[in-house]
Amino acid sequence: MSDQKTVKEFTVFPFGPQHPVLPEPLQLTFTIDEEEIVDVVPNLGYVHRGIERACELNDYKRNIYLCERICGICNYMHSMAYCEAIEKITDAEVPTRAKYLRTVWSELARLQSHLLWLGLFADGMGFESLFMQIWRDREIVLELTEKTAGHRIHLSTNLIGGVRKDMDEKLIGAYHEGMTELKARMDDVAPVFYRDRSVQERCVGKGILPKSEAVHLGAVGPTVRGSGIPQDMRKLGYEAYGELDFEPVTYDGEDTYARTLVRFDEVYQSIDIINRALDQMPEGPIINKNTTFPDGIAINRVEQPRGEVFYYVVGNGKIHLERCRVRTPTLANIPALLTMLVGHEVADIPPIVLSIDPCISCTERFTYVKEGE
Amino acid sequence: MPKMLRNVLKNLFSPPATVKYPYEKPEPVPGTRGRVTFDMARCDLCQDCERICPSGAITVYPDEKRIEYDPFRCIYCHLCVDNCMQKAITGEEVVRAPEYEKAKDVFED
Repeated sequence: MSDQKTVKEFTVFPFGPQHPVLPEPLQLTFTIDEEEIVDVVPNLGYVHRGIERACELNDYKRNIYLCERICGICNYMHSMAYCEAIEKITDAEVPTRAKYLRTVWSELARLQSHLLWLGLFADGMGFESLFMQIWRDREIVLELTEKTAGHRIHLSTNLIGGVRKDMDEKLIGAYHEGMTELKARMDDVAPVFYRDRSVQERCVGKGILPKSEAVHLGAVGPTVRGSGIPQDMRKLGYEAYGELDFEPVTYDGEDTYARTLVRFDEVYQSIDIINRALDQMPEGPIINKNTTFPDGIAINRVEQPRGEVFYYVVGNGKIHLERCRVRTPTLANIPALLTMLVGHEVADIPPIVLSIDPCISCTERFTYVKEGE
Repeated sequence: MPKMLRNVLKNLFSPPATVKYPYEKPEPVPGTRGRVTFDMARCDLCQDCERICPSGAITVYPDEKRIEYDPFRCIYCHLCVDNCMQKAITGEEVVRAPEYEKAKDVFED
């Protein structure tokens, strides 16, 4: 009898790959003791597409559009990061106006992504009316994207050495108007995030990621900024960020609520950066084409809405690249996610998983095939 | 609470934010990247569009004076429209309608 008492029974259940809160297939296998999570094992590899291999087979200019399709939401930043990496190993010099345009559009992409996430997060908590309201406000950003380049999500305006589209006075005016309206709409929603009890009860104290753990596990983006570490790749000063003065948004809460507020405050920050960049933007050419093929090794880091994306490109002086390696922010945040989940209840899983803003299709760069299977 | 009530009343009497798509079609925004068509009278069969197309949707047969365009491979980036020296490729503002069969568009002189 005494032996049986020491053996504790755990329940194992799978969360995903098909689950209502996850738009993309990620499987988390939970070991639970009654309601408390004891252990989590992730399983990736459901949407592997072999993009890195395709990058080696394509010529390097076509890869801009291929890299843009690594992620649907941060598509602009992927193509920008790839172009920057190639510009480092060719003779392309990006004109100043193109740098400002890239800054404006990447902040527009960040707005689009953060508003999408805030809506999805409200949906994950069961706050449907907030979800509807935020997605209605997101239309302002999507309409601006459509006016700029003709599509609602895919801008497709990057080229090596600059950009394809220019912005005239009328469009800049539309941007200023859109940003003013979006700011007013966000002021309407702000009390819900800052003061509403139902939001706070789902978020405060859930998914704790201590500051030391966040550094140790290599978390990036709003996940690490929610733990009070001012890490932001935009401070490296790529494109026009070096000339625009701003401070990374940080919160010391270390929980899901802090990460939500980081993203909500970054919406205001992006609106501010767009307005200032458009005011400071100089006149001039928008593209200087390169005359050489990529030759050498380049590493590039860009701050995406979800965190830091890392590009490693090797060229050998030919039209095809030798290697193109991409590490997306969600892959860096998965170890942190596993730490956050342990010790919490099953009902808190959806908000905690959503709090890192998982984007699984970006993450899957390799599959592991066992011999004989 | 009063603020919320105002929002509720506003939403009750305002028109919906969405468009009833098949019954009323929204005006296309100027500059929309839509359908791509080729004008064979102007085309000089230089194959620039074939070389620049990121998805390989265009195939030019110079000997037969024929262009095959696969709308299902096309990603509608309009690089071909921007790069055509003869202005033979037109990018329309209307988005192509969905189709039942996967067929290529053939343009012949």
